[in-house]
Amino acid sequence: MSGAVATNETILVVGGGISGMTAALEAAECGKDVVLVEKNPSLGGRVSQLYKYFPKLCHPTCGMEINLRRIKANKHLRVLTLAEVDKVEGRAGDYTVTIRLRPRYVNENCTACGACADAVSTEIDNPFNYKLNKMKAAYLPFNMAYPQRYVIDSSIIGTPDAEKAKAACKYDAIDLGMKEQTMTLKVGAIVWATGWRPYDAAKIQPYGYDRYDNVITSVEFERMMDPFGPTAGKLVRPSDGKEAKNVAFIQCAGSRDRNHLKHCSRICCMASLKQSTYVNEQFGDQAQSTIYYIDIRAIDRLEDFYQKVRANPTVKFVKSKVANITEDRESSDVILHGVDTEGYHRYDNRHDLCVLAVGMEPSVDARGIPGGVHADASGFLEADAANGAIFGAGCATNALDVNRAVQSATAASLRAIQVINKVSGAEV
Amino acid sequence: MSELNKVMVEKYRNDFLKEVEANVEEGNWVKMCMQCGVCSGSCPFGPYWEHPPQEIFMMVRAGKREEVLTSESMWMCTSCYNCIVRCPRELPITHIMHGLANYAHRLGIAPKMNPTRRFAKLFWQNIIKGGRVNELKLSIGLYFMDGFSNGVKKGLEMLPVGLGLLKTGRLNPFGLLGGGKCKGASDIHKMLKKAQEIENRRKGFAS
Repeated sequence: MSGAVATNETILVVGGGISGMTAALEAAECGKDVVLVEKNPSLGGRVSQLYKYFPKLCHPTCGMEINLRRIKANKHLRVLTLAEVDKVEGRAGDYTVTIRLRPRYVNENCTACGACADAVSTEIDNPFNYKLNKMKAAYLPFNMAYPQRYVIDSSIIGTPDAEKAKAACKYDAIDLGMKEQTMTLKVGAIVWATGWRPYDAAKIQPYGYDRYDNVITSVEFERMMDPFGPTAGKLVRPSDGKEAKNVAFIQCAGSRDRNHLKHCSRICCMASLKQSTYVNEQFGDQAQSTIYYIDIRAIDRLEDFYQKVRANPTVKFVKSKVANITEDRESSDVILHGVDTEGYHRYDNRHDLCVLAVGMEPSVDARGIPGGVHADASGFLEADAANGAIFGAGCATNALDVNRAVQSATAASLRAIQVINKVSGAEV
Repeated sequence: MSELNKVMVEKYRNDFLKEVEANVEEGNWVKMCMQCGVCSGSCPFGPYWEHPPQEIFMMVRAGKREEVLTSESMWMCTSCYNCIVRCPRELPITHIMHGLANYAHRLGIAPKMNPTRRFAKLFWQNIIKGGRVNELKLSIGLYFMDGFSNGVKKGLEMLPVGLGLLKTGRLNPFGLLGGGKCKGASDIHKMLKKAQEIENRRKGFAS
């Protein structure tokens, strides 16, 4: 892999989530050479961790499958996983990029049969499920992972467990001698699509995410709905495994708050409205959702979805930012305290489970992106002529939903193609 | 109605928000409130306020001058700063509450019998006299705030505590005769007078 050939007519796409995959595919399908680098062992990003999309409530696995077919079919696109960009030097049309590749300890012979996982006994936190459960230290990141190859976690390298995995493999796919490598690539343009990460909910002290079992984040709630997820698709309370029928959603958990993220994360209102439908999906009329909000920001056509949820008698809306949460020691119920804005009524509401609609922050602070680009106060990459041919795409540039992230990626791809066309002389 | 109150009503007719912005300490922050309610929910005395801070801000913007300035609510603030710490827009809510209370007091329309206002007055008069609090006079003044017989009753109730303080050297009985003043008390009076002049000029209060 370290011999990957690239020229200054190549486009580098950094980040293999929905935005990176889109940008890479759009350019490659225009006949441009593209190298797509992803830090994790698989493509897919945060979208692959979602149960359903809003507003259509379809499953992201479907779109993922289409994108993977496109990737497999395209000869212009090369994918590097476990790869991170260390350095970017040069200028538009002539960049030299240093990429660091971490070892997977599994080579191309892997058939994803899973014999290594059966052989290994060490268990590690499962990052795909936001550490809600454990997995074997020889693992496939998730069912639709691409490439479909297992990973041996570096924590067991040098232990008998690693030898057991190697011995169990019938295809000679495990190479425990793999080392970290660095490679340099010549590229003409760069699409930066490193995406977002959920804001650390433990920093919102009054909500007790770090203290109460039954306060979880919206991304964790999403994982609970996955039939292959940590709870096998059941909405249950982490404290006692009881069904969570009475669920509270707290909006702006970390967003629109000068103590946390200054910006509005845009997706959280729709995410909670969507997640209220999950509660109905599991418990029908028994479901009880309460959404605590400052104001609901369902923009444009998404307003229809909001109105539909508003009309649902099992969903209650409370216009109030919750002041703090306490826990009933005996039942582990969470009690939300605050004052509502429509009448200034004080409330102390009991719920089975509280979901914090956590905000989005850029997973790579744009102020630290190698090569030097413009960043806004929240660390999102800002379009600027001084960025040269480094173009931001998706949530690296702003808090966006999937739809807008894909639009942004396509736009970034087009800008990168223009640079390559100038380099190659196809366009003057 | 005090003269100053009449002047202000005339000057800011129908624009209480502007009046607050101009005359109340940190009043220019009131328009920044986004009505999320975290301050009201976070206040340890919240359940006892007639109008919690969030509502006060809305009332200011709605021009409810009379209701706000004669309210007992902002006098409930104990300066715990919970609201300031949690406010997502970093409004200095504690200071605004004190600012409103102080402004209402200056206008002479603050609730006359509000205990916080009466204690604050007592405290202020006590401290500016010698530049230092005379604790004995302050507490005795506090006991007698509600009349002579109440004062005697309260004083007798607190007698064991007072004797205890006396025994451990934490209470100076000669405080009653004065004393305990700081050296430059008269300079402090000059500074306060000057500060008052500056404030009056800045806010357009008749001195």
